Amino acid sequence: MTVKQHIIIKGVKDGLLFLLDDQCDFEAILNELKHKIEKTHQQLLTGPLIHITVKLGNRTISEEQSKQLTEIIRSQGNLIIHAIESDVPTVPKAHAELKVMTAIIRAGQEIEYHGDLLLLGDVHPGGLIRCTGDIYVLGSLRGVAYAGIHGREEAIIAASLLRPSHMKIADYLCPPLDQFENSDGVMEYAYIDNDQVSIQKLTLLHRENRLPVIMRGV
Amino acid sequence: MGEAIVVTSGKGGVGKTTTSANIGTALALLGKKVVLVDTDIGLRNLDVIMGLENRVIYDLVDVAEQRCRLEQALIKDKRFDELYMLPAAQTKDKDDITTDAMLKIITELKQTHDFVIIDCPAGIEQGFRNAIAGAERAIIVTTQETAAVRDADRVIGLLEQHKIPSKLIVNRVRPAMMKRGEVLEINDICQVLAIDLLGIVPEDEKVIAGSNAGEPVAMNPTFKSGLAYRNIARRMLGDMVPLMTLNEKTGTLTKLRKFFGMS
Repeated sequence: MTVKQHIIIKGVKDGLLFLLDDQCDFEAILNELKHKIEKTHQQLLTGPLIHITVKLGNRTISEEQSKQLTEIIRSQGNLIIHAIESDVPTVPKAHAELKVMTAIIRAGQEIEYHGDLLLLGDVHPGGLIRCTGDIYVLGSLRGVAYAGIHGREEAIIAASLLRPSHMKIADYLCPPLDQFENSDGVMEYAYIDNDQVSIQKLTLLHRENRLPVIMRGV
Repeated sequence: MGEAIVVTSGKGGVGKTTTSANIGTALALLGKKVVLVDTDIGLRNLDVIMGLENRVIYDLVDVAEQRCRLEQALIKDKRFDELYMLPAAQTKDKDDITTDAMLKIITELKQTHDFVIIDCPAGIEQGFRNAIAGAERAIIVTTQETAAVRDADRVIGLLEQHKIPSKLIVNRVRPAMMKRGEVLEINDICQVLAIDLLGIVPEDEKVIAGSNAGEPVAMNPTFKSGLAYRNIARRMLGDMVPLMTLNEKTGTLTKLRKFFGMS
């Protein structure tokens, strides 16, 4: 009986390489892995500690699936998972979804975007921006801005001139803006702090440790 | 081939009809062939302001529904040979005409005139859509009130969607109130609306008097408002005319007081 093998096991100098087929069903891989480890390859896999590197090929797996894999391999006492690697490049989500837009959002106009939005232009009173992620406005924000509309509480609203008629982050409504009124013309951003919307100078945003960039230098 | 320009504002009562009448008159004074089209069906006013009320026989809806030819409905102005007006119907409704019919009429008028000035009704409903149907440029009229500026912003947005570029006229400018900071500054309005300024027209009782008498104020350049409309017309033709300065006239008594340092 020749069944197509979904898992190829190779020996490398620091342990074993498990190459998983990236076309088949993930369930099939789990079954075959179980079969190999518990039945056919048992004699091979006994003995001293062996480091295992799992190569997923062109496949991404969820945390749940990764746990299932680990459990099966760990069931054999001497196998240690060294790494689970995928060929699919992982991109930080926030960056992948940033949309740059040039427009003036006038009274009665409305834009909605799934992700983060960078608007080069103004939002006039009566204009509306709705976003599932962050809102950045390079211009004056005098209309209405809703960030994190699907409940993302880490979302922020930043603008060169932050003077919205009102704004909301996730389900938190911003208190009347005159509380925050500053006249020195610095850029500001709004964020959720202790269950309420707060406003802070944009230059202090890095302290929140969002998407930190480590500067390299001498 | 002429150019169709719609005069609009969103908000009512800011002076669309007065502006249309005066710009039309001022352009005619400069020797242009002009036709004014009143699209405010059901509430026609342009004929009154032009003093042509009792010459209306056919109207816009008659032309659209082909009860008469276009030339039959056009009314020649009393003062100029090359200034005409197409009145709106008084007994009909804005929905009684389609944008297609409107477009056809405007296109036809453009063949024989240098300027087709379309007076738009207030609002952004069917009447507005009809008025902008054949226009390739727009003049936005606003006053120094926040409400008027907000509506102008809305209308500019709608016009942008139809790829119609617009320029701004700030009407009924009140220098004294501006000085006291009680109304929006001209510069602020331009900045907020982010479009070019075509001109400013000072608040002037003569405008109302002229409208009531059926004699547009642009006929008389000694009035500041009349001069303002003439300047606007010249700018429309590409002249560079500086904005007029609007200093309140100071009376002799005030001048004396100032001289003696009493105020």
